[in-house]
Amino acid sequence: MIVSYSWLMALSAAIFAIGVAGVLLRRNILVMFMSIELMLNAVNLAFVTLARRMGSMDGQVIVFFVMTVAAAEAAVGLAIIISIFRNRETVNADELNLMKW
Amino acid sequence: MAAQFPALGLIILFPALGFLFNLFYGARWGRRAVNIVGPGVIFAAFAIALLAFVKLCTMPSGSILTVTLWPWIHAGRFHADFALQMDALSALMTLIVSGVGALIHLYSVGYMAHDDDFARYFAYLNLFELSMLILVLANNLVLMFMGWEGVGLCSYLLIAFWYTTPSNAYAGRKAFVLNRIGDAGFLLGMFTIVAALGAHGVWTLDFAALRDNAGLLAPATATIAAVLLFIGATGKSAQIPLYVWLPDAMAGPTPVSALIHAATMVTAGVYMVARMHFLYILTPTAMDLVATIGALTAIYAASIALVQPDIKKVLAYSTISQLGYMFLGVGVGAFSAGIFHVMTHAFFKALLFLCAGSVIHALGGEQDMNKMGGLRKHLPITYATMLIATLAIAALPPFAGFFSKDQILEAAYNSGHKGLWYLGIITAAMTSFYMFRLIFLTFHGESRVDPAKAHHIHESPRAMTVPLMVLAVLSIIGGWIGLPEGVMWGNKISAFLAPSVGEFTPILHGSFAMLTGVSLGLAIFGIVLAWYFYLVAPGMPQLIAYQLQSAYSVLLNKYYVDELYNTIVTRPLFWISTFVLGRVVDTFIIDGIVDGAGLTVETGGQLSRRMETGNVQQYAFVYVLGVLAIVAYYLYLVTH
Repeated sequence: MIVSYSWLMALSAAIFAIGVAGVLLRRNILVMFMSIELMLNAVNLAFVTLARRMGSMDGQVIVFFVMTVAAAEAAVGLAIIISIFRNRETVNADELNLMKW
Repeated sequence: MAAQFPALGLIILFPALGFLFNLFYGARWGRRAVNIVGPGVIFAAFAIALLAFVKLCTMPSGSILTVTLWPWIHAGRFHADFALQMDALSALMTLIVSGVGALIHLYSVGYMAHDDDFARYFAYLNLFELSMLILVLANNLVLMFMGWEGVGLCSYLLIAFWYTTPSNAYAGRKAFVLNRIGDAGFLLGMFTIVAALGAHGVWTLDFAALRDNAGLLAPATATIAAVLLFIGATGKSAQIPLYVWLPDAMAGPTPVSALIHAATMVTAGVYMVARMHFLYILTPTAMDLVATIGALTAIYAASIALVQPDIKKVLAYSTISQLGYMFLGVGVGAFSAGIFHVMTHAFFKALLFLCAGSVIHALGGEQDMNKMGGLRKHLPITYATMLIATLAIAALPPFAGFFSKDQILEAAYNSGHKGLWYLGIITAAMTSFYMFRLIFLTFHGESRVDPAKAHHIHESPRAMTVPLMVLAVLSIIGGWIGLPEGVMWGNKISAFLAPSVGEFTPILHGSFAMLTGVSLGLAIFGIVLAWYFYLVAPGMPQLIAYQLQSAYSVLLNKYYVDELYNTIVTRPLFWISTFVLGRVVDTFIIDGIVDGAGLTVETGGQLSRRMETGNVQQYAFVYVLGVLAIVAYYLYLVTH
């Protein structure tokens, strides 16, 4: 079965939208962090799709870069979250407003 | 004939080095080093000046030594270099400035022996010598003005030397402000000359070029330039109407009064007029103005000096009066006589101030002559040298002042200014009266010294008495280089200065015996009167003061000129400053602008900081909105 490119792009957009919604609406920063990962993967899917459509390997190469960055980001991000939790005993984004005016 | 003579640069280099040393290392290296370096550099400058003078004398008359140290101002076609020249006039002035200066530096070593600020004192004094030597050696008007400003600055710094006393600081400011008024005139005079000669293609203020091209000036322009420059001279040389700073300048240390406010700086105006004589002889109007102001200042200041109780104030008014004589001399065209009086006056007036300093030093700071008297026995050297200086200023032969003052009075008469001559001879009588009043009140009669101070009256140390004795010798023999024509070697100084300042051409030919006889007779009359008033009948002065109450208080209060200036200038200025500029312009307009700028930024900050909620999801939301806006924009571009 051949899935059309439009469907793939629509799936990518849907996942991206779910990611954005997760970041904006959920209060748990761990979940927000997972939502960011979701957005990255949605973009990866779009890259792969378009690479195939254009008959070029460039998009697929960029996906590897994105995955590398995502791995690094996950390591740093999780470390920050753990550190915040140790200090504040919460991972609720509403309570983390030290930078307020 | 002009010859290169690079050693001229050393004359100003030595005081410059002394200034830098005393400023940066004086306090660290201590009093011994400062006492050697401070006077030492001036003696070195004097030695080189002497060398240059000898060299100049071996060359044909009218020669000039020059050196261009570095190019200075080259603006468009105008140029002025940092260049020095020494002709007869500069040579004489340089010798006076460095010679008398060296002696006063030496004296200062003794005078400042108990002052902790000796390094700053000698730094200022060396800086003064540097500026004054630049002033007299400059080969153009711009460089001369730099020296002119430099001496003004040093005068301010040294008048206010003991700045912790508010009245001293005030006196310094007063001198500075009044000099500034004069300097504005000097500057405008320079601008006038540059503008007028520039139109003829002469874009320089070198004295040699000015002298060659002065004839190009229209008579009206020459008059304006000469009068403007003379306004500068009235400020620097304390003439009517800008003289009021000089009596207050006595707030400074006494050697400073001797060096700056008697011997050298205040004669800069006379030097300037003599240096620019080629301009002044073009314009009889300006010459008459100079002579009239000079004669009026002479008699006016002498009349104030008659009644002053403060020993230094008497000498200050006497200096103003003698400067008036000098301007009378140059104003009637006898430039060499004016400069001759600058020289003799430098000797005897410096000596008078140093003697007064010695008296004040001995009495632990007492300046009121009513609390002196009978000091002759305690201060024999001071007494003897001060008597010589007094005889010199009273113009008795064979002392120095006789020859120079007589030349001026003779020139005033022979140039046809008989009215000014009358003022001059009356001033001569006043001069000998107030000077002998000073001598009698200070050194003769019964002691009126505060008993608490009486026991430690002592003659000054050697560093102070040696300069006194040297200056005393100069006050005796200094005038002999300008004997009347036909007597022995005649008027050497006039012949020496002639290439620089021209010769005096008399119109009338008053009998020498008559002119000299009158002024001598009046001088002796003044002495006898002082002797009678203050030694024979000591009650007389009070009686006369009581009888002529109003005249006496006018003189004692210096004709209320300070009060007049305060009322018509200072007070209105203060009023405008306080109420118009201070309370209105400053408070509302300037503060309004400044505060308004601050308030705008602060309000903007207060409003915009509300955006910083610290909530990361809110930031993310705004960010997403931004992304959406950009995407929408591009979609719009693509679809249309």
